[in-house]
Amino acid sequence: MKMPAPDQGTIARRSEIVEALRRIVPGEGVIVDEDELQAYECDGLTAYKQLPLVVVLPETTEQVSRVMRWCHENNVKIVPRGAGTSLSGGSFPLADAVTIGLGKFNKILDVDFDNRTVVAQPGVTNLAITSAVAHEGFYYAPDPSSQIACSIGGNVAENAGGVHCLKYGLTTNNLLGLEMVLPDGEVVRLGGKHLDSGGYDLMGIVTGSEGMLGVITELTVRILKSPETAKAVLMGFPSNEQAGDCVADIIGNGIIPAGLEMMDKPAIRAAEDFVHANYPLDVEALLICELDGPAAEVEHLIERVEQIAKDNGATELRISRDDAERATFWAGRKAAFPAVGRISPDYLCMDGTIPRKALPEVLRRMREMSDKYGLRVANVFHAGDGNLHPLILFDANQPDELEKAEAFGADILTMCVEVGGVLTGEHGVGIEKRDLMPVMFGEDDIKQQQRIKCAFDPDHLVNPGKVYPTLHRCAELGKLHVTGGRLPFPDIPRF
Amino acid sequence: MTTDIVTPENADQVRDMVAWAVDSQAPLNVQGHGSKAGLGRAVNIGTTLDLSRLSGITEYSAPELVLTAQAGTPMTDIHAALADAGQHLAFEPPDLTGLLGGDPGRGTLGGLVATNLAGPRRVQVGAARDHFLGCQAVGARGEIFKAGGKVVKNVTGFDLCKLLAGSYGTLAVMTELTLKVLPAPEDTRTVLVLGASDADAARCMSRALTSSHEVSGAAHMPAAAASACEAEAVSSRGTSVTLIRVEGPGPSVEYRAKALCRELADFGETVEVGSGESRLAWAAVRDVQPLTEPLDRPVWRVSVAPTEGPGVVDALRRQSGSVDCLYDWGGGLVWLSLENGDVAGQAERVRNAVAHAGGGHATLVRAAADVRAAVPVFHPQPEPLAALSRRLKDNFDPARVLNPGRMAEGL
Ligand SMILES: Cc1cc2nc3c(=O)[nH]c(=O)nc-3n(C[C@H](O)[C@H](O)[C@H](O)COP(=O)(O)OP(=O)(O)OC[C@H]3O[C@@H](n4cnc5c(N)ncnc54)[C@H](O)[C@@H]3O)c2cc1C
Repeated sequence: MKMPAPDQGTIARRSEIVEALRRIVPGEGVIVDEDELQAYECDGLTAYKQLPLVVVLPETTEQVSRVMRWCHENNVKIVPRGAGTSLSGGSFPLADAVTIGLGKFNKILDVDFDNRTVVAQPGVTNLAITSAVAHEGFYYAPDPSSQIACSIGGNVAENAGGVHCLKYGLTTNNLLGLEMVLPDGEVVRLGGKHLDSGGYDLMGIVTGSEGMLGVITELTVRILKSPETAKAVLMGFPSNEQAGDCVADIIGNGIIPAGLEMMDKPAIRAAEDFVHANYPLDVEALLICELDGPAAEVEHLIERVEQIAKDNGATELRISRDDAERATFWAGRKAAFPAVGRISPDYLCMDGTIPRKALPEVLRRMREMSDKYGLRVANVFHAGDGNLHPLILFDANQPDELEKAEAFGADILTMCVEVGGVLTGEHGVGIEKRDLMPVMFGEDDIKQQQRIKCAFDPDHLVNPGKVYPTLHRCAELGKLHVTGGRLPFPDIPRF
Repeated sequence: MTTDIVTPENADQVRDMVAWAVDSQAPLNVQGHGSKAGLGRAVNIGTTLDLSRLSGITEYSAPELVLTAQAGTPMTDIHAALADAGQHLAFEPPDLTGLLGGDPGRGTLGGLVATNLAGPRRVQVGAARDHFLGCQAVGARGEIFKAGGKVVKNVTGFDLCKLLAGSYGTLAVMTELTLKVLPAPEDTRTVLVLGASDADAARCMSRALTSSHEVSGAAHMPAAAASACEAEAVSSRGTSVTLIRVEGPGPSVEYRAKALCRELADFGETVEVGSGESRLAWAAVRDVQPLTEPLDRPVWRVSVAPTEGPGVVDALRRQSGSVDCLYDWGGGLVWLSLENGDVAGQAERVRNAVAHAGGGHATLVRAAADVRAAVPVFHPQPEPLAALSRRLKDNFDPARVLNPGRMAEGL
């Protein structure tokens, strides 16, 4: 992975830039010392490190706006940053860019139960939203595993998902409004407590845009009443095929669980060794299916899931008797990443989505790749929506292992696209999958996406080097060939 | 005045047509069945690009929860195929042919997504935009491209589909679309609360939606709308009717409907109705049937915070003559039927009321073509947003060949 060469001219202007930022954000809000900058040298994709040119931590929308305007007028790049947990390098700093940290935007501004909304600043953590409304029995549904740390602004920028997204949708389906600062410093508001937009769905395109269209400074999300009850079923299968079939049958029977997760044997083993969730170790695949809602419904559906599991040859079948046991079922799954972290010095977390029917083939081919590269892989899987998280185990201290792991990861994602899936289901493209974009999208597909960038940020100053292997110059993209009526009228049926 | 209608049969022909349009600087009126021709700003475009021959379901696998079909596929075909597999489009696409005029049931998948419509279940599962996963389209430089994917979870690159949903064909011509589909509920119950005022109904709907009963629809018909409702379960009450819907497996809906009857009793007499009657009543809400007549009245669609709906209606009642209305989305969607007359003045009053209610948007859904040419149909945006929208149009369709002006002047 190579980043664009930093602009030496910008680096040479560093002290001037710092001075300008200090005029806008007084006090300790501008970070320049190398040891303090180190806290910002990477995000959750820890294999890559780079000190930012400077970090600024504004506290108000007005400050963000002035910083953006100054950078725009002075041709200085910026990188928005929330909590820095991106697994794809979305908030990876640049040597010639100002990192704008949203950490001080940490307030919940409004809780409105009647309208079922929360208005928050972007630096608030995902979990803090739920915490702010839990006393009234409400919660915020999208629940990335990183929810104690990741920021809600980062969730919007990445369109984050989680276990509950099968039933309750991703961030984009739970977001109602945004305030954001455009690259030229203009402040705009999109949406609000009402639904849908009266014009183009700008909020929809900002969601998941990986910090490339501007800086989010406030957002309104939808909250839900917590379900009356929830129960989980733990199912073990002698083969991945049977587990995969069971998932298809649950959904084929019209059941959309609150969560439907799968782990393969290496992941089960790692999780069991770590948290002792009492997982069966003699199975090839484990499914956890959570059903929530009114007690009458949950009981009814649990019985049906149980039957479906039996029909698909489950050798292990447990139903949670209480919330404590349900939590135990989940404990291993929720700790899967750190569990794998214990058995390997390093790991890469991949994030492709596939049509579920392709699962057995994908897992089989992944094992072959694992042999070829000589690297182990453990799989956790949002089985309900086909979102795979293969964890590739490696040791960065061994020569070439990072490169090998990355090549293995690229092969997996290419395979996901081959079987009809996509490169990333929830972690974003960032720098990690940037160079794989052409595997999924042709030149014309990518150009259309970049037209959005050109409408927001024609000078490519906001989070450059991310998502797209090359950013076409907007003047180039804008070209249009008009000969003035020399093309004949196409030979198409007419009325 | 449309003079020429071309009916391409595949994406290549659509591409050729767009390339011709760019080259000849001859704008295209992009349409499916034309069932929503009356929706949006009225424009005169010489050539119509009719996509109705791009028809057919290309790929449908029920357990994958994904359906792909050509843009011109009739909605009736889509609904039928899904019903066969016990599934549906969860966002409950409305059929506005009653309201707008035209043969019932007309409308294509492409037209539905391009207008981003959604019915009562919007409050629970989202609108067309939330179920639109990917597409093949022709850009306004005559290039075929794809956006999104064919799986339910995807964050690869910018979410171009969100931009195309609700863009009324002004940015690209979609030729094939992939949507997320979901199991249809096994059973439905509706709790009717009788006689509530608009303000009490809003509180009632809020209570229902903040309960743990997974309410999938919350609507209110004031007495006039209720008496005009096609569904007898509603029209026979002789008073206003608030409708609260639960869906799911039989035992579950039974339990939840009973619980809601208890919990909503403060707001008026409660009555429980079953699947069949529910279906009729919710179809009426979805299609705005009670406001269809009188046909000459302008109809507005207002989206505000749910608690603000009655306030908007109140403000209008104080200023204008007769205001008929129907609330959906827990009070956040207000359909208004207003007196025919000075629609420009009316637009100002409606939009002021929306601003006063903390913001939202108001769309003029039904009005004569000359009115829709003169009065902004979609809610005017503040200048920085309007400029951003124009920049999007500039980038996607610099020659202004795709439905130019359909959303606003210059778009
Ligand atoms: C252990 C672990 C588990 C994880 N599990 C999940 C999971 O289950 N599901 C999931 O979806 N993700 C998961 N993630 C990934 C990550 O947590 C999410 O992508 C999260 O949304 C990132 O939020 P953040 O605040 O850390 O953003 P950052 O990493 O700081 O930034 C991410 C991107 O958002 C942009 N950005 C941040 N804030 C703003 C803003 N205010 N305005 C504009 N752009 C902004 C940045 O420029 C960058 O492109 C996991 C990560 C870890 C480390």
